[in-house]
Amino acid sequence: MSKILVVGGGISGVTAAVEAAEMEYDVVLIEKEPFLGGRVNQLRYYFPKLCPPTCGLEINYRRIKENPRIDFYTMATVKDIQGGPGNYKVTVEIAPRYVNENCTCCGECEKVCQGEREDTFNFGLSKTKAIYLSHEHAFPARYVLDKSALADGDLERIKEACKYNAIDPDMQPQTITLEVGAIIWATGWKPYDATKLDNLKYGQPGFENVITNMQMERLAAPNGPTGGKILRPSDQQVPQTIAFVQCAGSRDENHLPYCSYICCLASLKHSIYFAEQNPEGKVYFFYIDIRTPGRYEKFLNRAKEEANIEFIKGKVADIQQADNGDLIVVAEDTLSGKKIQKQVNMVVLATGMQPSLAGEEIPQVLEMDENGFVIPSEAKGMYACGCARLPLDVMSSNETATAAALKAIQTLVRG
Amino acid sequence: MEKIGVFICTSCNIGDRLDIADLEAAANEQGCAYCASMSFLCGKEGVEAIKKAIQENELDSVVICACSSRVNYDVFDFGKEIPVVRVSLREEVVWTRWPKLEEGQEMPEDESQIEFAEGVSFKDELMALAKDYVRMGVVKAQKIAPPEPYKLEGEICKRILVMGGGVTGLTAALEVAKAGYEALLVEKENELGGFVAKMKKQLEPNHPYKNLVEPVVNKLIEDVQANDKIQVVTGATVEKIAGAPGAFKVTYNAGGSEETVDIGAIVVATGWKPYDASKLEEPYGYGKYPDVVTNIQFEEMLAKGELKRPSDGSPVKSVAFIQCAGQRDENHLPYCSGVCCLASLKQAKLLREMDSEAKAYIFYKDMRTMGIYENFYLALQDDPGVFLTKAEFKGLSQADDGRLVVEVGETLLGEDMAVPVDLVVLATGMVPTTADDPVIPLEYRQGPGFPELELFSGYADSNYICFPYETRRTGIYAAGCVHQPMATAQAMEDAAGAALKAIQCLKAVELGHAVHPRTWDFAYPEFNFKRCTQCKRCTEECPFGALDDDPEGTPMPNPTRCRRCGTCFGACPERVINFKDYNIDMGSSMLKACEMPEPEYGQYRVVAFICENDALPALDMAAYHRKNIPMSLRIIPVRCLGAVNVAWIRDAMSGGWDGVLMLGCKFGENYQCHFIKGSELANRRMENVAETLQQLALEPERVVIKTVSIDEYEELPKLLQEFQEALEAAGESPFKGW
Repeated sequence: MSKILVVGGGISGVTAAVEAAEMEYDVVLIEKEPFLGGRVNQLRYYFPKLCPPTCGLEINYRRIKENPRIDFYTMATVKDIQGGPGNYKVTVEIAPRYVNENCTCCGECEKVCQGEREDTFNFGLSKTKAIYLSHEHAFPARYVLDKSALADGDLERIKEACKYNAIDPDMQPQTITLEVGAIIWATGWKPYDATKLDNLKYGQPGFENVITNMQMERLAAPNGPTGGKILRPSDQQVPQTIAFVQCAGSRDENHLPYCSYICCLASLKHSIYFAEQNPEGKVYFFYIDIRTPGRYEKFLNRAKEEANIEFIKGKVADIQQADNGDLIVVAEDTLSGKKIQKQVNMVVLATGMQPSLAGEEIPQVLEMDENGFVIPSEAKGMYACGCARLPLDVMSSNETATAAALKAIQTLVRG
Repeated sequence: MEKIGVFICTSCNIGDRLDIADLEAAANEQGCAYCASMSFLCGKEGVEAIKKAIQENELDSVVICACSSRVNYDVFDFGKEIPVVRVSLREEVVWTRWPKLEEGQEMPEDESQIEFAEGVSFKDELMALAKDYVRMGVVKAQKIAPPEPYKLEGEICKRILVMGGGVTGLTAALEVAKAGYEALLVEKENELGGFVAKMKKQLEPNHPYKNLVEPVVNKLIEDVQANDKIQVVTGATVEKIAGAPGAFKVTYNAGGSEETVDIGAIVVATGWKPYDASKLEEPYGYGKYPDVVTNIQFEEMLAKGELKRPSDGSPVKSVAFIQCAGQRDENHLPYCSGVCCLASLKQAKLLREMDSEAKAYIFYKDMRTMGIYENFYLALQDDPGVFLTKAEFKGLSQADDGRLVVEVGETLLGEDMAVPVDLVVLATGMVPTTADDPVIPLEYRQGPGFPELELFSGYADSNYICFPYETRRTGIYAAGCVHQPMATAQAMEDAAGAALKAIQCLKAVELGHAVHPRTWDFAYPEFNFKRCTQCKRCTEECPFGALDDDPEGTPMPNPTRCRRCGTCFGACPERVINFKDYNIDMGSSMLKACEMPEPEYGQYRVVAFICENDALPALDMAAYHRKNIPMSLRIIPVRCLGAVNVAWIRDAMSGGWDGVLMLGCKFGENYQCHFIKGSELANRRMENVAETLQQLALEPERVVIKTVSIDEYEELPKLLQEFQEALEAAGESPFKGW
């Protein structure tokens, strides 16, 4: 019987894969990173429950572990697609991990390794060793080596430290061909590049205390660069005032014309994180519309109750430097019509989500819209779910993932 | 099992810190048939050696004394008929038990030189711990059997009942049929199509999401009627649902005549009804002024093409839309219905299309055109005939000419406004059909309907962000606006998702394993009714309503409704409920297998029953960070904290254990227990525990329940240490040495 390919091993892809496999279909799941779980791994908590994403991932990983019908490959990317629905031939390239299946995750290699690399999991807020696990819940629990980050003598040291002959620096990229009947794109999203938002100064010298919402998430995470303490980057001080700049790049014809769905809720969640750590802390929340649809309204009320938030309806026009690393946020309050300025210790940009495929070379057979969201096609047996499809929250992503699993199965049923 | 092979790995610090020969001796004493140790057990050679030993010694089960069961799951798999018990010597022993060192002091080579208690070295205690773990592993293997899948008697019915014939229900029926299954669609109205059928136009449910199109429902109705896998019954209500997934008996009443049919699983797509606008007389003037209508009424006017004022029949030339009327409002609907902003934008556009002279004013609190629907909002912003502003509604009055004057404040113009209009449209919200009606008339002992929907403001929603289709009634899945407030495109997607869950449930019934979350689990609770006293605790406490009563009043399990959480197992005072691989004897024997030290040596023994989905991984992660946890602690993973029977606690306390710790998921409003009630019930059962402690004249602080999230690996060791200290304050158990 024909198989289903799921491209992307984040929460949507993992969900699509297990939902289809539990219908007794063979599924191949590929993920470009060395670990499954995707973007949600980087979140401290989900809104509105403020529960850790690893909890649901743990269940889903177990569903993968216990289900012989799911094969998964990490560090794998689609290179080519030939054929049509029912009989696609997909060429997948698997990048070398340089650590083989002998790895027991004992961590001895990491201890002796001296070379370091930028910690992309923490959005550059810290470093990891050249041989690393992204975090302690990483799945599969197997180290990965970034050869470009090795220091002199590291390779000998880590090979010596590994008692299981798991380090394989000569590993080569591997190409495999998968024969599948239907394909589900669950390639997710990437944070919009905040350096493109000139007026918000992200990444510019002297503006270290302007961070993105995903960086805020890492700062608040116990396994993040500060051990879960929200400290501003310039001097590692506890901020007393934080400004959230909503729609940083979203709902903006020059950047992302659409609304990224989750940013209002994320910033409200961040305000609660901040209030937990600094009950005296003050939040200025610059917004166009506060978008907490459906039952999320309750979360808005909770944030209002638990955090000291001043909501300011207005789009931020500029951010300026003040003394001691502080920042001045300049905006027009659209209700009073007055130009207002707020001096704060730290600014969080609620940058939007851009589909991961935007700007990437994609197989010809795949159709996407002007923003890079995949347009599903029943005729082609090509489906999409989660944020590859539309800007969505996790719950709706998983609804679309479950739906995509059914659609893919229908393609196979049609034969 | 009888012929148990024990395999001890010496790698990952196990061999460095433990005397393997002593562990082998412990395994042999406990009665294993074969015991071997080797380095790198998870390597190819190790696994081959295990396979060879299984064959040569005709082993029927294996105990792997190595790493956590959460790793190398695929490596240590020897087929369904060979149960594998994992003993976590790595994570739970050598990576989490450390001597207290002075600052800067190196970890000594020889741990027997470190004193643990008077006359007892650190190494002695570490070995006592490791041996207890090995013995518990062997005993566990002795007390379990390979699970046998539960098979329904008789044929499994694979037909899906879809309740509701709106967009969601029609889509669900089609999706089920396209996957090769049959559907029965029951609609209470005489016509199919629901709310969308009453629309003039709708937002396109696909790219580019900015145009208005004919309602999709007409095509859906056609497709449903043309599909021979779908049977449609209109003008009918579902009156009874009895049975269980794969074997439901559903009775519906169509025009006075009742019919009972076999059904496998159910999709609930009963949708919503408009909020009762008569409650909005103040301050919105509904019922007071005839020219104040709801968005539903206005939709009907648009569909009919008659834009006349209800008061005098004169043409409507200007319309004010008041958003969030009776929504985001604690006195009415506390939530946002998610679609009203879009609906008003659509209606404004339709108004303008019908009459280019007409003006629309939309007064909103926040414009909520989520995600890609921003496209539609953008497309309308260029129309000078549509005036949009954030505003706080202040009041409504009637001018001398009979027109209505809408007063609003805090507008984007920076000033209060009074706008005279011909018609006022209230954007009233949606109320899920489940808000005040069970909708699913279940003939279950726990009653009809999904329980405790007040958590979700009446929606038949899931508490789990990761698992949107989770419900507390197995095999019954909600979709569309009864599930969550949503627009058409999302409802169609949701219908497909729920359709998958419904047919997937039947697949699980067919194969004999559980549905979510334990989809890998083939074991199920088996009842020894001879000893049942009909106390009904199992029946009442099951979070999923799996048990009914038989005619004699004895609990009647419905295994296809069961999620295998073991709540019933934990509830049973007579200990008559057991799983093949999880039973009372197993836990009690594991406790007994641990060696109790002589009294008054300062060596404590604590057993922790911990939830295997959250607390156990948290402990593993603490191990990866080489955190220190008290040496006294022996860990027994459980299906759920609800699956801890008080008998185990009694056995532990009377057996000389100094304390019992129960670690489970957070309970309360934002509960994280995957079985809804497990940790909460365990907490409630603490009353019985207190009684037991009182009978034994033991201090109440010896048995404690704590909640922990999977990510709290930093807090977990602290919490364990605190418990240890509390026990030390209470002193050793007087039952030691009895």
